[in-house]
Amino acid sequence: MSPLVSIRDLRVAFSGVPVLRGVDLTLGKGEALGLVGESGSGKSVTWLAALGLLPRHARVSGSARLDGRELLGAPASQLDQVRGGRVAMIFQDPASALNPVLTIRRQLSEALALHRNLSGEAAKAEARRLLDLVGIPDAARRLEAYPHEFSGGQVQRIMIAMALAGNPDLLIADEPTTALDATIQAQILELLSTIRREMNMAMVLISHDLGVVAENCDRVAVMYAGRIVEQAPSNQLFADPVHPYAQGLIGALPPLDGPRRRLVAIPGTVPDPAHMPVGCAFAPRCAMAAEACGVSAPKLAPIADDRAVACIRAEASRRALLGIAAE
Amino acid sequence: MARYLAIRIGRAALTIVLVVTFAFVVLRLSGDPALMILGPEAPPEVLAAFRKAWGLDDPIWFQYLDYFGAIAKGELGRSMRDGRPAIELVLERIPATLALTLPAFVFKVALGVPAGIYAALHRGSAIDRAVMMTAVAGFTVPSFVLALILVLVFAVQLGWLPSGGQDSWRHAILPIATLSLGGAAVLARFTRSAMLEVLGQPYIRTASAKGVPWRKVVTSHALPNAAIPTVTILGFMVGTLIAGAVVVESVFAWPGVGRLLVVAVANRDLAVVQCILLLVAITMVTSNLIVDFLYGFLDPRLRAKGAHA
Repeated sequence: MSPLVSIRDLRVAFSGVPVLRGVDLTLGKGEALGLVGESGSGKSVTWLAALGLLPRHARVSGSARLDGRELLGAPASQLDQVRGGRVAMIFQDPASALNPVLTIRRQLSEALALHRNLSGEAAKAEARRLLDLVGIPDAARRLEAYPHEFSGGQVQRIMIAMALAGNPDLLIADEPTTALDATIQAQILELLSTIRREMNMAMVLISHDLGVVAENCDRVAVMYAGRIVEQAPSNQLFADPVHPYAQGLIGALPPLDGPRRRLVAIPGTVPDPAHMPVGCAFAPRCAMAAEACGVSAPKLAPIADDRAVACIRAEASRRALLGIAAE
Repeated sequence: MARYLAIRIGRAALTIVLVVTFAFVVLRLSGDPALMILGPEAPPEVLAAFRKAWGLDDPIWFQYLDYFGAIAKGELGRSMRDGRPAIELVLERIPATLALTLPAFVFKVALGVPAGIYAALHRGSAIDRAVMMTAVAGFTVPSFVLALILVLVFAVQLGWLPSGGQDSWRHAILPIATLSLGGAAVLARFTRSAMLEVLGQPYIRTASAKGVPWRKVVTSHALPNAAIPTVTILGFMVGTLIAGAVVVESVFAWPGVGRLLVVAVANRDLAVVQCILLLVAITMVTSNLIVDFLYGFLDPRLRAKGAHA
């Protein structure tokens, strides 16, 4: 089966400073992919770049294909069809993500007019249906309200409704719950999973919260300093992370069962994008770094059918994890 | 909403009273109209008779109460120079001033707002830098200097336009140009920064992400938001329509309200100055009220606050 999205060697630089340093990623139809990593690791930039949503001073190179059609450098008219129509995106801060001076109806109808050719009463009826679908009570009346009249969780629901308006094949949820209370978070994630299943839609869940990703995604890609360092099915990544950075992330999570143990923090900080180390970007913080790690950056290489990792010490790291002494 | 309105209007009225009071006190403490109008050589008894005739020898609080009593009856006093009602003198000058300030207002908006929007949309381009440099120049050069430069170039050097007076429409071109350029510069800067602020907001990215073509993102998402701060400065400009051309009228010998004000202040023609200041205060306060209501119209968040206030 051909992938829905295929990203090859995607690179982005802001005023000469590289922030995305060669990302390769594929996404199947209907698949839920989690993208985790610290702030600034390039999770959002990957998708903003693919959809042409970065500011003009960003330099983007590489390839991002949707159903085999190249998106990078595509004409604006083609991108406008893709954005909201085939690939929808929701963002972190719902409070500022909706236009404060336009009614919810206008903002929903806009997407319906662009991608479904609906207008007038038909658009209004569909907008109401979408609000019902995402669980906004009293949808008919609330259509005429403005964003400030809703709570943060409700606005995120409206954002989801707006994203669904174009019947997209892929929803990119960029930290959709970071700005919300814990209880609302769970509700929004539940809503996203339900909708994804019902509409058979692919989803990319961008988050720095490993727990959120583990529960909601089939597969996870871990990003560090503008690259993907490990990709694996969710259960395998959490059970058996191979890249030292992924191990560090998971080691920093409190275990739900078993004896209490000390949480381990990853020492050091993310390197400054303007002064990246020559070799592996994680080497300066890596307990297992060898001399070779400082020489060249490791490529993302398959270690099993559905797993890939970018670490020259992958084998050693695996052994260390399993408690097998290196020969 | 009614309470909100009442508070606004009450505040506006208070502002007007304060302006008028301030002008009344300052004018009376800063010089003797009898000396200014009759001259220092006038015999003391003539001066005394003049003061008595205009009530200038009464205590200031008495004059003040008297003045407000007259205003309540709709009387704004008479000019000490020719005895005509001050309001008449002022009203007959207003058309001349509006003949400059109204076209200038239109040009300011027609030039400044699009220039600011264009500069913001093409931030960092050569045109943006050119617009901003012009705007800074227009912002910092005082209007009398600009007026003199225009006179030097178009009246003295090229001889295309008259340097002053009010004999034909050609006489209005340089004063209108002076007023327009300065105002357009202010508006361009203001519109540009309002627009840049809005274009950086997440909801602009949301609109692009749902496939709205860029042109429409600008017109239906960015502009309505950028209009909110821009309206403030427009309101201020409407407030200066009556007396915003004092300097320009003086430089171009244009017989408008501004010139009348300068002459009346020099002569301490109290009733005329007070009448002009009252008019200015009323236009300023009214335009501010209009701006407040426009805010409510443009920004649903304020509408809600106003309704609850």
